[in-house]
This record gives sequence, C-alpha cells and structure tokens, in this order.
Amino acid sequence: MSTPMKTTVATTWLDGCSGCHMSFLDMDERLVDLAQRVDIVYSPLVDTKTLPDQVDVGILEGSISSDEDLEKAKAFRKHCKLLISLGDCAVNGNVPAIRNHFKLDDVMDRAYRENVSLQPQIPTRSVPTLLETVRPIHAEVKVDVFVPGCPPHADAIWYVLSELIAGRTPDPSKVTRFGA
Amino acid sequence: MPLPVTPPNIRVVTLKIDDQDLSAREDETIIEVCRENAIPIPSLCYLDGLSVWGGCRLCMVEIAGQGRLAAACSTRVTEGMEVRTSTERLQRYRRTIVEMLFAERNHVCSVCVSNGHCELQTMGQSCGVDHVRVPYRQTPYPVDSSHEMFRLDHNRCILCTRCVRVCDEIEGAHTWDVMGRGSDCRVITDLALPWGESETCTSCGKCVQVCPTGALVKQGTSAGEMVKDQHFLPILARRRHAR
Repeated sequence: MSTPMKTTVATTWLDGCSGCHMSFLDMDERLVDLAQRVDIVYSPLVDTKTLPDQVDVGILEGSISSDEDLEKAKAFRKHCKLLISLGDCAVNGNVPAIRNHFKLDDVMDRAYRENVSLQPQIPTRSVPTLLETVRPIHAEVKVDVFVPGCPPHADAIWYVLSELIAGRTPDPSKVTRFGA
Repeated sequence: MPLPVTPPNIRVVTLKIDDQDLSAREDETIIEVCRENAIPIPSLCYLDGLSVWGGCRLCMVEIAGQGRLAAACSTRVTEGMEVRTSTERLQRYRRTIVEMLFAERNHVCSVCVSNGHCELQTMGQSCGVDHVRVPYRQTPYPVDSSHEMFRLDHNRCILCTRCVRVCDEIEGAHTWDVMGRGSDCRVITDLALPWGESETCTSCGKCVQVCPTGALVKQGTSAGEMVKDQHFLPILARRRHAR
C-alpha cells in the first residue's frame, strides 16, 4: 500500500518506440530502491486505466504526432505538478519528426498504399488522426524538466528522479545530451 | 620540422583574462591566448591552422570598457586588456546561438553518422541545451552522394566554412565555396556541380575531417560510426607557413 510520504509518478508514451521506458526499467536493482520512494500511479508498466486527478511527477516519452498524443499531453499537464520530457522524441521530435519533411498525405500514401500489395487502404476507424506536423512536447504544453537522449541512459533517469525526489533541481546536461 | 620564425620586433603585452594575469605576443588573438592557457572558449568555425572566419559567434567575449562584445578569434590582444570569457550574459547568448543552429536545419543526433563524435552535439551539451526553445524550421535540404568516397548532407551543415578554408589554404584545390544567402546559403563544389563531377576535387578528404558535424562524412558509415581526425591540420599548416 502507498503511504502519503511517497512521490506519485505517472508515465505514458506518445509517438515513441517505448525505448525510454525500457531504459527506465534498465535501472535494475535501483528500481527496488525507487519503489520505496515513489508510487507509480499510472503507466503502461502498471495496470491502472485512468490518470489520477493529482500526480506529483508526470513523465512523457515520445513526440506529439496525433490528436490522441495531444490530448494525453494536455491531460498530463493538467494533472501533474511537474512534467518531464523523457528522451529525444519528447524533447526535439527526433525520428518521428523526420516525416515533417513530407506532406502528411504523401506519408500516408507511402505507408498504406505504395508499399501494400493486398487491399491497400487508409485506416480511419479506431486509430488516432495524425497531425500535419510532429512537434516536441514543449511546443504544445509547458514542460519543467528535459531529459534528452535516445534513449537517455538509465543512470541519467535515475539521477533526474533522485534529484527531484530529494527536492533539488536536476541539471540533465551534466549526464545526457541529444542522441546520447 | 621548422617552426614559423617570429619577427624580432613583435612586442609582448600583458592582459587579464577572467582575472588571470597573462602575457602574450601582440600579434596573437584572444582565443589563441585562451587555448594556450587552458581557458575554455567555445567555437565552431575557428580551427587552429585555418584562417579566421568569425562566423559562428560562439567565442564572443566581454572586454572591459567596450560596450559591444568581441569575437575572441578575430580580436588581437592589447596592453592592459581585461577580458571576461564566461559571464552569465555570454552563456545565455551562446545557448541561444546553439539552439538556433539546431532549429535551422535537421540535426537528428540519434540517427546521425557523427552521433557521439559531433562538435555541435558536444557544444549543445556543454552550453546546457537540453531543449530548443525556438520552433524548428522543418525544411529539408538535399544530400549529395555523388562522390565515390564521401557524402555531403546539407541538413547537418552549420556553414562554418571549415571545408572551404581547408580546401583552399591547405590542399590548395579550392573545390569548395559558398553559394546563396540566408536560409538558402549552402556550401558548393566547383560551380555548384555534384561533388562526384568536380574536376578540382583531389579526394584528399581534408574537408571531411575538419567538418564539425555529420555534414561531410565518408561513404558507407552508419549511425555513430563517423570518427574524425584533425591532427594533420596544425602540422600541415605550420609546414605551409614555413615556406
């Protein structure tokens, strides 16, 4: 059971590869230590289906590429006291943003018509609508801490979280960089 | 190897850099004195052995008594000069310059052949660029893979002109030059011919080695594989000057 002393953390991925979450898990035995101090209240890594009203730290991986990504980012901003952009996609667009060089229609054609031999069609049901331009998270909502890297090393994530839990302001440039 | 002979009438001046009392030859620039004394000054266009360009503006310093900033690479030392290399204002400007370089073209570090060996990437980290506050321009630039040994990716080019200067001043070929203005500005080979069709290029690869980013790279390199070696430059430069 959670105690009131623990820092609550929510995470989710937008347009990313989930590699940053994998890097988070790569903290190995330090996860046990972390579990003493934080409560993961919402995340692809846990079973909770809804984002709680009040969360201390929100962690977003991936860029904003669809209407669903945008909604998630806004919800995280609304419900999280502190918001972290985790990884290059969240921080600068990275690989998802490479499609910005092309028109969205051309991108869709390439993916769903040109390279498909059986019943080529553009999916419309049960999938989020893509935005014309892929943006980093801070282009849409205010972000408090930026942790670049593709993915950021587990040591970097550990450093940032430890500093935040201790009430200090981390300087991620000391431990990570674009493309790290 | 013969060193360049110092003319006997060069005087020595004394100056202060970041409260350190230093002496230097009067024909030296601020950045040369800083490098000799292990005072860090960021720069991307300046390279020991090439002529001074003064384009990147990262080496700007404050000089006591002067309202405007001065580029350390193109400012000679003078007697009694007092220089500050890392004030809060300079750090703010440098961070903004690096952010604008990242926003101008397409520097996707994670998939770049120069990832981990890039001067722009390292500069971003040392200037505290953990995100870019200006909107990305998102404009694609062409890639020239016509040369059998090398590749030119304009998306990664920061227009430092090191390639232009090394080709002209050290190799003596002057294959490279600069064309266009503003965001259309780009480096070209011969009269904007594809690099592979250049008649002046000797394929020496000096431009590739001095390029600070992944704009000029060897063919066949994958992400993070392009490691550059610039040790040849000061050696060749001194031999050229000794003549």
